[in-house]
Amino acid sequence: MTATVRYDEVEVGQELPAADYSVRRVNLVMYAGASGDFNQIHWNERFARMVGLPDVIAHGMFTMAQAGRYVTDWAGDPGAVVDFGVRFSSMVVVPDDDLGATISVSGVVEEKLEDKRVVIGLTARSGEAKVLSKARAVIQLS
Amino acid sequence: MALNRDFVGRTYPPSAPYEVSRLKIREFAAAIGDNNPLYRDREAAQAAGYPDVIAPPTFPIVFSLQSGGEALVDPGLGLNLAMVVHGEQRFEYVRPVHAGDELVMTSTITDIRTAGQNEVMTVMSEVRTVAGEPVCVTYNTIVERGGAG
Repeated sequence: MTATVRYDEVEVGQELPAADYSVRRVNLVMYAGASGDFNQIHWNERFARMVGLPDVIAHGMFTMAQAGRYVTDWAGDPGAVVDFGVRFSSMVVVPDDDLGATISVSGVVEEKLEDKRVVIGLTARSGEAKVLSKARAVIQLS
Repeated sequence: MALNRDFVGRTYPPSAPYEVSRLKIREFAAAIGDNNPLYRDREAAQAAGYPDVIAPPTFPIVFSLQSGGEALVDPGLGLNLAMVVHGEQRFEYVRPVHAGDELVMTSTITDIRTAGQNEVMTVMSEVRTVAGEPVCVTYNTIVERGGAG
C-alpha cells in the first residue's frame, strides 16, 4: 500500500527514466488469451489487411499496460495508481518477424496535488508514431 | 452508418459476479510481461498490506464490459464491430483489485458522437464488490472507423 517514491522528493518537471518494451506476435496472442479480446486485427494479417490496416496491430490495451508497467515500476506499488487514462492516437504495427515492434515510454511529473498525489504525464512512441496521447496517471506517493 | 443516439444514457443491469483469481492475474501479468511480485506472490502482497495478490491497473478491462457488452452487438445500435478500434480508456481507482474479489459491473452508455469520418462511443462501468464496496470506475471509448461516412 505504499509507494517507494516520496512526495517530498519529486519536483514538477522532473523526468522519469525512459524505458523500451518489445512487442512481438506471441505477446499479442498471449494478450488475446489473457484479456479475452480475440479481435482478429490483433493476430490475423489477412483479416487486418481486409479491413484496411497495414498489418496486425497491437491491442491498445497492451500498449496501455506497458505505460502502466512503466509508471508502477517507478512508483514501486501498483496499488498507488489512483487514476490512469490514455487516448490511443496511433497504431502499434507488429510485423511477423523476430523483432516485432518497440514501445518506448517516458514520463514527467506534471503536477503535485494535495494528499501527496502527483500527476505523471506519459509519452509512448513506436517508431516515429506517438501511440498514446493525453496519457496521464495520478499516483499516491508516500 | 451512424450509431443510434437513442442508446445514449442507457444503463445495463449488473453483471453476474466476476471472481478474480490468482491464476487469472498471473496469466494477465505474464501476457503484459510484468514481473512485479505483487501480482504473483501472495506473501509479498500481504507484506505490502494487501489481502492477496493485486491486479495490474489495466486488468479490469478483462471484465468491465460484462455488463453492457450486449449493447455492442445489438443490431439497433448499428455498430460494425469489424471496424472498431479502441479510442480512449480510463480507470479511476478507489483501491486496487485483488484476488478473491467478487465484482459486479453496471455499465452506462454516456456518449455517442461523430469525429470526422468516425463514430465514437463511450461506456462507463462502475465496478463494485458483491457487498457493494466501490472498487473502480472504467471509461471505455471505442471508435468505429468510417462509421460516419
